[in-house]
Amino acid sequence: MIEQAPVLIVVIPLIFAFITPLIGWWRKELCYPWIILSLTLSTFCSVITLLTVINTGVIHYHLGGWLPPWGIEYAVDYLNAFVLVIVSFTSLTVAVYSKKSVELELPEKTIYFYTVFLLQATGFFGIIVTGDMFNLYVFLEIASLAGYALIAVGEEGAPMASFRYVIMGTIGASFYLLGVGYLYMTTGSLNMADLARLLPDLYGSKVVLVAFTFLIVGVATKMALFPLHGWLPDAYEKAPSSVSALLAPLMTKVSAYVMIRIMFTVFKPYFSIEMLPVTTILSWIAAAAILYGAVMALAQTDLKRMLVYVLLSEVGYLVLGIGLANKNGLTGTILHIMNDACMMVALFMIVGAIVYRCGNREISQFRNLHRRMPFTMAAFVIVGLSVVGIPPTCGFFSKWYLILGAVDTSQWVLAGVLVLSSLLNAILFFRVIEYAYIEPRGGHDNGGESLAVVREEAPLTMLIPIISVTAGIVLLGLLSGRIVSTVIQFAIPACF
Amino acid sequence: MGVIVSIKPLLAVLVTLVAAVLILFTGERNRNLREFWTLLASIIKFSIVISMVPLILKGNIIEYTIISLTPGIALQFRIDSLGMFFGVLASFLWIITSVYSIGYVRSLDEHAQTRYFFNFALCLSATMGIAFAGNLLTLFIFYEILTVATWPLVYHKETEEAIMAGRKYLVYTLTAGMAILFGIILIYSLTGTTDFKPGGFLSGCGSANILRFIFVILILGFGVKAAVMVLHEWLPSAMVAPTPVSALLHAVAVVKAGVFGCLKVILYVFGPELLHELNLWLVLAYFVSFTIIVSGMYALAQDNLKRRLAFSTINNLAIIIMGAAMLTPSGIKGAIFHMGSHGFMKITLFFVAGAIYVKTHKENISELDGIGRQMPLTMGAFAIGAMGIAGIPPVCGFISKWYMALGTLEANEVFFLFVLLTSAMMDIAYFFPIIYSSFFKKPKEDVIPCFNEAPMMMVIPLMVTAIISIILGIFPNAFFNFFNIASTAAGKILGGM
Repeated sequence: MIEQAPVLIVVIPLIFAFITPLIGWWRKELCYPWIILSLTLSTFCSVITLLTVINTGVIHYHLGGWLPPWGIEYAVDYLNAFVLVIVSFTSLTVAVYSKKSVELELPEKTIYFYTVFLLQATGFFGIIVTGDMFNLYVFLEIASLAGYALIAVGEEGAPMASFRYVIMGTIGASFYLLGVGYLYMTTGSLNMADLARLLPDLYGSKVVLVAFTFLIVGVATKMALFPLHGWLPDAYEKAPSSVSALLAPLMTKVSAYVMIRIMFTVFKPYFSIEMLPVTTILSWIAAAAILYGAVMALAQTDLKRMLVYVLLSEVGYLVLGIGLANKNGLTGTILHIMNDACMMVALFMIVGAIVYRCGNREISQFRNLHRRMPFTMAAFVIVGLSVVGIPPTCGFFSKWYLILGAVDTSQWVLAGVLVLSSLLNAILFFRVIEYAYIEPRGGHDNGGESLAVVREEAPLTMLIPIISVTAGIVLLGLLSGRIVSTVIQFAIPACF
Repeated sequence: MGVIVSIKPLLAVLVTLVAAVLILFTGERNRNLREFWTLLASIIKFSIVISMVPLILKGNIIEYTIISLTPGIALQFRIDSLGMFFGVLASFLWIITSVYSIGYVRSLDEHAQTRYFFNFALCLSATMGIAFAGNLLTLFIFYEILTVATWPLVYHKETEEAIMAGRKYLVYTLTAGMAILFGIILIYSLTGTTDFKPGGFLSGCGSANILRFIFVILILGFGVKAAVMVLHEWLPSAMVAPTPVSALLHAVAVVKAGVFGCLKVILYVFGPELLHELNLWLVLAYFVSFTIIVSGMYALAQDNLKRRLAFSTINNLAIIIMGAAMLTPSGIKGAIFHMGSHGFMKITLFFVAGAIYVKTHKENISELDGIGRQMPLTMGAFAIGAMGIAGIPPVCGFISKWYMALGTLEANEVFFLFVLLTSAMMDIAYFFPIIYSSFFKKPKEDVIPCFNEAPMMMVIPLMVTAIISIILGIFPNAFFNFFNIASTAAGKILGGM
């Protein structure tokens, strides 16, 4: 049973997804426990997988017993086992959270929502667990198609945003597929390990160079790296709350994982660093993305839209670490995959909870919110501090490693960008906190409490996920040393 | 002499954190219970800190490692004499300030009292963490927590002015935090460690220019909270905060955390030897001399009592840094002791300002004529504090200034002696007119010419701190070998030379 864990992570939600409509037709209210069950099982399998990897090393699982390079191989090492755990926990959290918000926002479509929700999770799991380039494409498309559908059911304007995402997403996927095709033309293989063995002899080939470029551009489009981000703000803003909470943290992180995989596993690090100056280009683009996201976020009056731009900036962090291409930088990126998944899922869940209670996302309407929803807003403060990078929250530690990575390579400008973006984030989040917490009063009025506000906290199915992720943000910060020394340091290519 | 592993430092930090949570959940429903948590936590905290003093005096170091943060750096407490000095100071003054706070907020019937006490407790937790930190990263973690926890206290009044002061405070301190972080990262990438070591651990690492750069950004970073001039602007603005906040945080905890950071950088990261080699100590001393003189001039021009006190604070903080920058035994001893003596004296002065405000709602010096007849105890305490700041015996300010003056001579820099003396004269110039007009000038019409003091919850604390200032001036070792802790610290640091 345990040795089947890698494949079960993918198969369980896939099968459960197809059974969901049947269950839904029978008893609509059973869908929710059903997907919780499915994702709990997947999470359980992914934890087992991570423990197995820590104890025994890389797991190779051959689908149907066909040996690679002919059959599909699932190869799980430290990197994807770690990302798997993050993704499974995050999707489980969002699934728990989704109950009330789906009831409110999509009362007619609950059954189909949960079906597609599980497919979305399947796509993410598959992308991470697979060791085959084409299989990865298949799962990437499963994830993307599910994403188009989930976004399209959102508020007014969502179908248009989703349509735009379809076009951009398909272009990205086509680039990726072309890249895979070129690699197959030159090497005759689709297996990642096999490609890594065959490719070094062909590094001079123009086809390989083009393939590599196409792969990177394709993935960058999927992860909405500036300037290929055009589809993202509208899509994630207009999507239903629980969809934004699922997609915003995970789609970008999973794509970042794929980028690391391609650059440092399928291709040798020296190819990505020296033969094509991809890492240099990426790190400068990332710096632009960080600043662009933060500055655009400053201009927003809608909290969810502000967070969407913060997300663009966070994508910049992920890519910056990859672009630095040294031990500390890559540690920062992998740590940030975890930290940012937690922060973004918490933030989007909080926005969802606020919308659920107040029906409104305008920051200027947040007066007295700390008395109306004290726990939610306390969570917002802590998560906000983490995005700003105030220790001991986890956001600080990814920044620590990233700046360290920039200093190690003497990239002073990039280090400066990281510092600057922290300050911009501080403005962003303290502005919201100020609106939510301060109740301006004129003159020297010291009188007791001002007008009474009814406490109206979010329902427990929303509050519990929010509080637990927030607690996780502080705990993961304190434990980050442990996490780096037991998992992440082995996830980094040996040559760094 | 040895290293003792003990969980006490962690407990001293946690006790206020737990109290903060209890305060938050007790809330307005039961004010007495909420205030009971504050007092209980402050007393427990002080006893924990005090129980460690004998060990420290014997030359031991108390250490407790919580968890490893990154290779080479742990979240670690390591208490030596300097940290202990700061810890004793802050935890003792918290007890007094708590009593005073309760009197203050209840007399004024302040709003958002729960938030006020909650953040106060958080700040103290962070301050203790700063005092006990064993390495730069641990110190930084608590330093940033302190930054954020103080913010709600600054904007407490929630007027336009207070909100702007809060923003200003955040802009200054968060930017400074980033500068410090950058400096720490540079140090870590040079040496792979950030553990404090008496006498410094940086010598022999990296080129002279990079070390100079690190020194400058660290001192500027910590200098923001220490309100070194041109980075001081947030402090006078932050005086809109309630007076107990100004008293404990803007005279002791927050600003002293900045000074403490500077001292750690000067004495425990770079060390006297390296600073001599790089010639940085003179630059630093001239830099803060500018602050000393200019802040004295600013203080002369203020009419708002709390703003005048704020500029006097800026002045004294710079004096502490200058004393340490002399890098001589007496200079360092005096600087460390001045952290304490200035704490006692300045908290007295702020308490007085608060008492006057509660009783008469007056904030400006020009309105205080004859107030001494109405509030003789309060203004008497003010006179003691003012004398101490000016360095007049027998108040404890004299002792610390005496040692710092000796320090300038030991370093053969007579210029700084003149700076010190000039500033003492300015202290007299901006404090003594207040004493004169409050006692001897013809009272204003609205002054009640008979005994009419603020509530006893406020008067007693300010008298206690005033009396302690005198006792420390006559017997510097009166409480828990206060002076000895400072001189052991100085000895340890220079022993490393």
